This record gives sequence, structure tokens and C-alpha cells, in this order.
Amino acid sequence: MKRLLLLSVAIALAAPALAQEAQSTAPYAYRQLADAAQEARAQRLMETLRCLQCQGQSIADSDAPIAGAMRSLVRERIARGEQPEAIRQWLIERYGDYVSYAPQLTGLTWPLFALPVVLALVAFLLLRRRFTRRKSA
Amino acid sequence: MIAELGLAALWLAAALAALQLVAGVLGLTVRGASLGDAVRPVAIVQGLLALLAFACLVYVFAVTDLSVKLVALNSHSMKPLIYKIAGTWGNHEGSMLLWVTVMGLGGGFVALVERRLPERTMLATLAGQAFVSLGFYGFLLIASNPFERLSPVPAEGNGLNPLLQDLGLAFHPPTLYLGYVGLSIAFSFAIGALVTREVGPAFARAMRPWVLGAWIFLTIGITAGSYWAYYELGWGGWWFWDPVENASLMPWLAATALLHSVSVLASRDALRAWTIMLGVIAFSMSMIGTFLVRSGILTSVHAFAVDPQRGTFILVLLAIYIGGALALFGLRAGTVAEGERFAPVSREAALVFNNVMLCAILGIVLFGTLYPLLAEAMGAKVSVGPPYFNPMSALFAVPMLVVLMVGPLLRWRRDTFARVGRLLVIPAMLVIAAGILVVVIGGAPLLPFIGLVLAAGLAWASVLPLKGRNLRRVPLPVWGMVIAHFGIAVSLFGMSSESAFSIEKLVALRAGEVTQVGPWDVKLDSVEPVAGPNWTALEARLLVRYGDDGKVTQMLPQARGFWAPPQQTSESALLTRWNGQLYTVLGGEAPAARQAGDRWQLRLWWKPFAPLIWGGGLLIALGGVLALLGRAAADLKRISVKDKIASRRERQGR
Repeated sequence: MKRLLLLSVAIALAAPALAQEAQSTAPYAYRQLADAAQEARAQRLMETLRCLQCQGQSIADSDAPIAGAMRSLVRERIARGEQPEAIRQWLIERYGDYVSYAPQLTGLTWPLFALPVVLALVAFLLLRRRFTRRKSA
Repeated sequence: MIAELGLAALWLAAALAALQLVAGVLGLTVRGASLGDAVRPVAIVQGLLALLAFACLVYVFAVTDLSVKLVALNSHSMKPLIYKIAGTWGNHEGSMLLWVTVMGLGGGFVALVERRLPERTMLATLAGQAFVSLGFYGFLLIASNPFERLSPVPAEGNGLNPLLQDLGLAFHPPTLYLGYVGLSIAFSFAIGALVTREVGPAFARAMRPWVLGAWIFLTIGITAGSYWAYYELGWGGWWFWDPVENASLMPWLAATALLHSVSVLASRDALRAWTIMLGVIAFSMSMIGTFLVRSGILTSVHAFAVDPQRGTFILVLLAIYIGGALALFGLRAGTVAEGERFAPVSREAALVFNNVMLCAILGIVLFGTLYPLLAEAMGAKVSVGPPYFNPMSALFAVPMLVVLMVGPLLRWRRDTFARVGRLLVIPAMLVIAAGILVVVIGGAPLLPFIGLVLAAGLAWASVLPLKGRNLRRVPLPVWGMVIAHFGIAVSLFGMSSESAFSIEKLVALRAGEVTQVGPWDVKLDSVEPVAGPNWTALEARLLVRYGDDGKVTQMLPQARGFWAPPQQTSESALLTRWNGQLYTVLGGEAPAARQAGDRWQLRLWWKPFAPLIWGGGLLIALGGVLALLGRAAADLKRISVKDKIASRRERQGR
């Protein structure tokens, strides 16, 4: 009896988890594609998409319903043969740049891509100055 | 009563910090010289008072005194004692109190034991330490008093975030804080040395144990935090480039650079200004990290404090300390002589290269972490995540790792590649062999591929400094260096292997059904309800077997429901073998467990060599511990020899 009670409490607490509609609208939230190559492609893409609800986690790392829905969407589109980058662009158009962990090169984000070049240049100059001065001294 | 005692102790500690600052500064002048004697005792008492305040807060949490607002907001009477105590620092005010406590105790300890440096430098150092502490005391007392009372007293507390009710996380923040605050002492030393312009090997030797100690704690803290995220979040990820993770990584990068440059300064009297600069940067990164986490400017899985007003306060503190230190550096750096010179092929040069690369990675992480905030201020939201950080940091990490194979073999001042080239034949062959092997077993994406081949070469190269030496006479710090560098190879191998070879399996099983993941057979035996002190859970009993003839082992992943506050978590169950880890989760969202005839959602991963990620991290920390022990032993020996000489002279003189 006590165990039965515990079971009902545990299931009641997990109730939102058992929601039916998640099953019907997002069939691939917790199901992998049968084709291993497609699944790998989907997985790589999912790891670079942001869960809009949780922040700080990719949709591949989240239990949130929206992340499940997005995983399902990604898997279905990959299964239909769409290219990962095309899916990313589609998501960016819908949700904005925020959804992609891979920043796109735009008028706003170019400093991100300029930075490594600048750093490499500074590093080079710093090292060169250090050692050429030694030779002249 | 206890809460008021704590508050009083905190005010007294703040007052003593003010006294320490004034006495330290006046002690530097001719007329105030007599005040200098007060500085050391004041620093010690200040640290003890901060400790008393912190002990009071731990006490009110331990007994769940709900009349204290902080306890009511963050604790709950029905919680295991260990998490009540850990709850003390699982919130904003408590963690800031922990910060000043560690800082006060650190300063007190320096005041008690450090006698090598000229007294003027020590006064400036302790005054600097007091100056930094004072800001944080002000922040606590004015903007976030941890001892504030609540009236009327609520019947029950709000509870602690269930994700944080975990032993790993209970001790993760204090470890990081010890690291952050150890860097505050390096910072104070740097300030002290700038004020008195005495930068040299003695200064480096005094500063080095603090840098080493801080670095050890940061290393352990980051390793533990990564492992916590790995098993607690339930998706098998171990590094997310989350801003809060970056906040702990940035001080570590700076501390790693500082650690190496302070060694150059101690043994070769070179890189003076650069070392001071890194001392300032390292603690600045600690403060920026704290600011990012504590101000609520970032909303992420880790950020618990959301309060922009406090953020402004910390921002002002940051501006004063970092700006002040950099201004002082700008004024004084020109007068600090550059130090000894060295050739482009020398151990110093390799270390300079390591420093520059570490700083470049630091630049990438800092910029990538802050850029989304900047973009948001300009009106657009962007995300910067793993697809940016991984390749961009590898751009600088890969050359650094290549130099790491050579650097420790080079001699100080001047060397030739011809001399060490012979030694590097085997590592080079290992790199090539590993490359061929990875291609043969099916290849890997570019970054993990580079990681795997570099790890192979580095593992061998890292132990080469021991070659041809009598192992029993190798000094401890050299052992420390070798083990830490070897740890980098181990960790790199784990990371690359996990990224390249992990196998994921998501399945819905009925009780009694079997599935495969990699080399494992996994059978879902049963799912039972279980209850803990403040949660109930569904627990899956999995019977797993490695290969066809392996031993059957039981694993028990749980889907937990906490009720204070109400939240679902998945408790993963992990099984470690020498060649990897099996990671099992009972799905938090098992779709339609009842409708579909009791099918349960399972998430399974086989992660080859994943535990080496954290094993390597611990080896790196162990290397640091050995180096620290070696240095401390040498210092003690020097002190006792000095004492003996002094006492002999005294006897002979009389």
C-alpha cells in the first residue's frame, strides 16, 4: 500500500513529463533517426542550437519542452534530406541570431571574427619585438 | 542573537580593514613609520573576525533560523544537514561573505608568515589587500547584508535549488573562491611591489606559493564543476562554454600564465613587468568572474542572483580596483627594469610563447563571453557558443601544446634545437602513429583528431625532462611540472576521445527488454518508486553487461521530483571502466509511460576514455601540489639554515 502511494506521488510529480501532446507534435524529441549518418548530422547541428527557454544550454542538452520540439524539428528536416546549414538559416529567420551558438558573420558580429586575427598579430609583434631587440642590443 | 554577533563581527572586521589600509599607507611615510608595526596584527585579527562572522552564518543555516531572511529565502528545515551547511554559500550574500572571509584569512596568513620581503613592500602589500577587502566589506554591509532579520518569521523556508543539492556542488564554489582569493594576494603583492619598485627574484619567490595555491584550487574547482555538470545535468555534456564556466576558466588561464612567468622571474630575474601585469590581470579576471556570476547580468544555468543594483556596485568596485591597478602599472611600469635578456631558443622564450598564447586564449574567452552583452546593448541578441570558442581557442592552444613538448627540455638563456631534436624523435613518431591509427579506426572530426595526435606526442614528451636523471634526486617541483604536463596530455586525450567516439542511444523500453549501446548490453529490469528526505523518484534498475561475457552489473538512474522548491531532476547513473564510462539516464520526459504499455524512456551513452578528462585535471592539480610542497620545503630549509647560522654567529660573537 505504501509503495502504491509512493508510486502515485512519484508519477503525479512527473505528470508534466507524461504530457501526451509532446508525443504527437514532437515524435523525434527523444527518438533517434534510424540512419546513423543522418542522426550524426542532426546531432552535430543540435549541439550548436540554443535552447531558447533555458539559456546556456544547447537543445541537445536540455529537458525543456521547446528543446524537445526543436530536436524533433531538426531530426525530421534532416531525415527529409535538408542541409544542416539551411535548417540553421531557417531557424535564425524565425527566432533570430540568438538561436544559433555559431555566430553568423554580420555587420554586428564581425569583431568576433576579427579578434583572433588581431590577437595573432599582436602576439606576433610582441614576440618579434622581444627577440629582435635582443639581437640589436 | 548569533546573527547579530555575526553582523557585529563583520562591522569590526571592516573597521580593522580600514585601519590596516591607513596604517599600511602611513607606515610607508617617514612620520608614520611607527604605525607600520600595527599592520600585521590588525591583518590577523581582521581575518579572524571575518571567520567568526562566517561561522555565525553557517550556524544560523545549520539550525535553520528562519528569522534570518537569507535562511528563509534559501533553506528549508527538511533538508539534509550537509546541504543546510552548503546552503550557506549557495546564495549571493553567503558566497560574498565566504569571499571576504577567505580574503581576510589569506591576508592574515601572509601577515603571520611572510618575512622574506622588505618590510616596506609588505606594508604596501597588506595595505593593498585591505583596500580590496574594504570594498567587498562595504558591498556586503551596504548592499547585501547576510544577517538581515525577517519579521514576521515564516513557518518554512523556500528551499535550495535541487540541482545544487549535490555533494560535488556543495564544495565546488568554496574551492573556486579559495582560488580567486589566492589571486587577490598575488594582486596585492604586485601592487606592493609596484609601490616600492622592488621587483625581483625575492618578490617572485614570495608571490609564487600564493599563485601556485590559487592555481591548484582553481584547477580542482574547474575540474569538479565540469564533472558536476556532466553527471547532474543528465545529457552527458561536460563543458558548455557557459558564461559562468568561462568566468572560472579566465582566472585559470591568467593564473597559468602567471605561474609560468613568476617561475621565470624567480629563477632568472627576467619578465619583471610582464609578471606584475599578469598578477593584476589574474585577479581582475577573478573579480570580473564574480561580477558576471553575481550581478545577474547573465542568465544561465548557474546564475542564482538576479539583482542589477548589486551589479552596479560590483561594477564600480571593478572599475576602482582594475582601473586603479592598471593606472599604477602604467605609471610605474616604465621604472621597473626589464630584467635579464634571453635568446629566441631558450626555456624563457618557450615560456614567453606559452604566456602570449594563454593570454590570446584568455582574450578569445573574455571577448566571446562579453560580446553578447555588448550586442544586446546595441539592440541585437546573438549567441556565442562552442562552434566559436572551440576552433578559436584551438587556434592558439595548438601551437602552445606543440611548444609545450619542446619547452621543458630547453636550457635557460640560450639553447639550440639540434641538442633537443634527438629527444623529440619518439614523440614525433607517436604523433604520426596516432594519426594513422585514428584514420584506420574510422577517423574523427578535425579538432578531436588534432587533440588525439597531440595528446599522444605530449604524453611522451612531458616525461622527457626526467630522462637521464636519478629519479630519487629529481626535485619535487620538477616532478610537479612533469605530472602536470602529463595531466594535460591525459585530459586532452579524454576530451578528444569523448568528442570523437561517444555513442548515444535514446530508447523507450518495456521492463525486461534489452538494448545495445556501443559494446554494452543494457536490460531494463524494473522501474520502482523510491523516496529520499526531500524528494520522491522513479528509479530504473538496469542490468548492464560489457561485451558478450562480461559481468552483469546493476545501475540505478533516477528521475527525481523535489517538492521544495518543486523541480524535476534526472539523477544519472555512471559505470566506469578503465576504457570509458557508461552513462545512463531515466528520461525526465518519458513520453506516455502508461499509455504505451509501460515503456520507459532511457538515454544511454558509451563515452570511451571520458573519465580521463577529470583524471587529467586532477593530475594537473597534483603537479601543482608537488611543486608547492617542494617550494615550501625549500623555504623552510632555508629559514632553518639561516636561523642556525644566525645563532652560531651569536655564540661565536660572544
